[in-house]
Amino acid sequence: MSTNVLPTYDDVVSRYEPVIGLETHVELGTVTKMFCGCPTDFGAEPNTQVCPVCLGLPGSLPVANRAAIEATIRIGLALNCSIATWCRFARKNYFYPDMPKNYQISQYDEPLCVDGYLDVEVDGELVRIGIERVHLEEDTGKTLHVGGATGRIHGATESLVDYNRAGIPLVEIVTKPVPGLGARAPEIAKAYVAELRDVIRTLGVSDVRMEQGSMRCDVNTSLNLPGAEWGTRTETKNVNSLRSVERSVRTEMLRQAMVLDGGGTITQETRHFHEDTGDTTSGRSKETATDYRYFPEPDLVPLAPEPVWVEQLKAALPELPRQHRARLKTEWNLSDLDMQSILNAGAVELIERTVAAGASPEAARKWWLGELSRRANADGVELEAVGATPEQVAKLQVLVASGKLTDKLARQVLEGVLAGEGDPEQIMAARGLEVVSDTGALTAAIDEAIAANPEVAEKIRGGNQAAAGVLIGAVMKTTKGQADAKTVRELVLARLAS
Amino acid sequence: MAAISREEVAHLARLSRLAVTDQELDRLAGQLDVILQSVARVGEVAADDIPPTSHSVPLVNVLREDVVVPGLTRAEALSGAPDTAEDRFRVPQILADEE
Repeated sequence: MSTNVLPTYDDVVSRYEPVIGLETHVELGTVTKMFCGCPTDFGAEPNTQVCPVCLGLPGSLPVANRAAIEATIRIGLALNCSIATWCRFARKNYFYPDMPKNYQISQYDEPLCVDGYLDVEVDGELVRIGIERVHLEEDTGKTLHVGGATGRIHGATESLVDYNRAGIPLVEIVTKPVPGLGARAPEIAKAYVAELRDVIRTLGVSDVRMEQGSMRCDVNTSLNLPGAEWGTRTETKNVNSLRSVERSVRTEMLRQAMVLDGGGTITQETRHFHEDTGDTTSGRSKETATDYRYFPEPDLVPLAPEPVWVEQLKAALPELPRQHRARLKTEWNLSDLDMQSILNAGAVELIERTVAAGASPEAARKWWLGELSRRANADGVELEAVGATPEQVAKLQVLVASGKLTDKLARQVLEGVLAGEGDPEQIMAARGLEVVSDTGALTAAIDEAIAANPEVAEKIRGGNQAAAGVLIGAVMKTTKGQADAKTVRELVLARLAS
Repeated sequence: MAAISREEVAHLARLSRLAVTDQELDRLAGQLDVILQSVARVGEVAADDIPPTSHSVPLVNVLREDVVVPGLTRAEALSGAPDTAEDRFRVPQILADEE
């Protein structure tokens, strides 16, 4: 080893080519577990959603959940996979208390879905990510490590186990290795996971919430010299947000380049991603596939999805996100660039819901990409967490369209919405922001302005309409900006027209 | 030739987190070898026209509907556990310090 200097990212991608691969686990949103009738509610008291099957008690037998099989086939179809006509579950044997049976029921060499792809749009360009397989398995229990300094397994003196999650259906989606992405590898990894999340959400088979662990990612990364064979890969676990997917690929590329530059070799290992620092550290050395001693699960008969059933499921697939976005772009009459800015802002669904709640597409887009994006950036939060709902934005826009608010007043009402003061109508009333449309009040204000500026009034009477600005300004001042300037102008001119 | 080596038995013991003494290894390796050799004889009589069989019953697609079936109460679930704490199963240290 010579130097241990972390190279720059640009330097790394100028000298090495990355190959990435992603394994994504998705907890299905079925009512019951994969092989027993226990409920799957998130956040239940420990060990209250368990039975002899998911506790691995002697004599209990698993029976597969039809809804979970169906959901997995639908995911496979949405990812353009072939669906197996015959396949089996397999036992993955390992001795670890997160599974009380000492094995996990999974699929090994006969996955339910194989050989598909997902097209991912990155900056307007389509990147096709190959899907190796989609298989079904059961989730593990949750272990709480006690006695260690940080609640981690290292240094723990004992562990406490809750089996509520054990047996919840878990779909694993594995990409083919993706070479040739160059510097864009981290960004494309993130875009893939985001698109996959959107597809699965559209199918309605999981709530795919990374922060709650219902979607989890393992990221494989390797580096090779141009033209050389692919390098040894590492598998980064614990990657639990879209941002972390991007960061973990980048971090691993930099770390591996540093090791290779120093004349070292990459060890094939599991690494853990640390959300706080963005670093990865070496994890438990992984048991190899042969160590898991996979064999066909004797307690479950094979699956042989009827082709007719699969065809029915295929025909009933919903419009998938990419087609959906293309349709919205047409419906909203947007240019490529406009649509891209909406996508980049993560505002598609927000705008869609705002339109559904009664705003025009132009207005919805203007609010979400304008005022609300600025606010989200300033606060450092995602747009959907900015503090205004699509329904509130739509109400605000309805008030503008009906003339009760000017744009300027609407922005003040929005301030109130973001401050949590309630719905737009309430805030408009509470802050007294409604446009003064009472003609009597306006006429009085205009008469007052004319009386205070007789020479200006004279000019207007003489045909100099441009002079009206002074009077309009005076009226706006009297009404604290709550009059519609155009209406005031019309009234002023009418009053002095005789 | 032995169907399973002493080293393989030691490896399996480690994967199963079993502390096996050298004497036990000698004895178990021998016993496991006899079992495996006996089972291997089945393979000798299987002709080419007999596909490998993993299930003895010719059934596929035995599925259940996605409907909740009452399970165990927490007290029942934990009643068989050697030890419990905080409503959870309590298990000894999982990773030894060197791992």
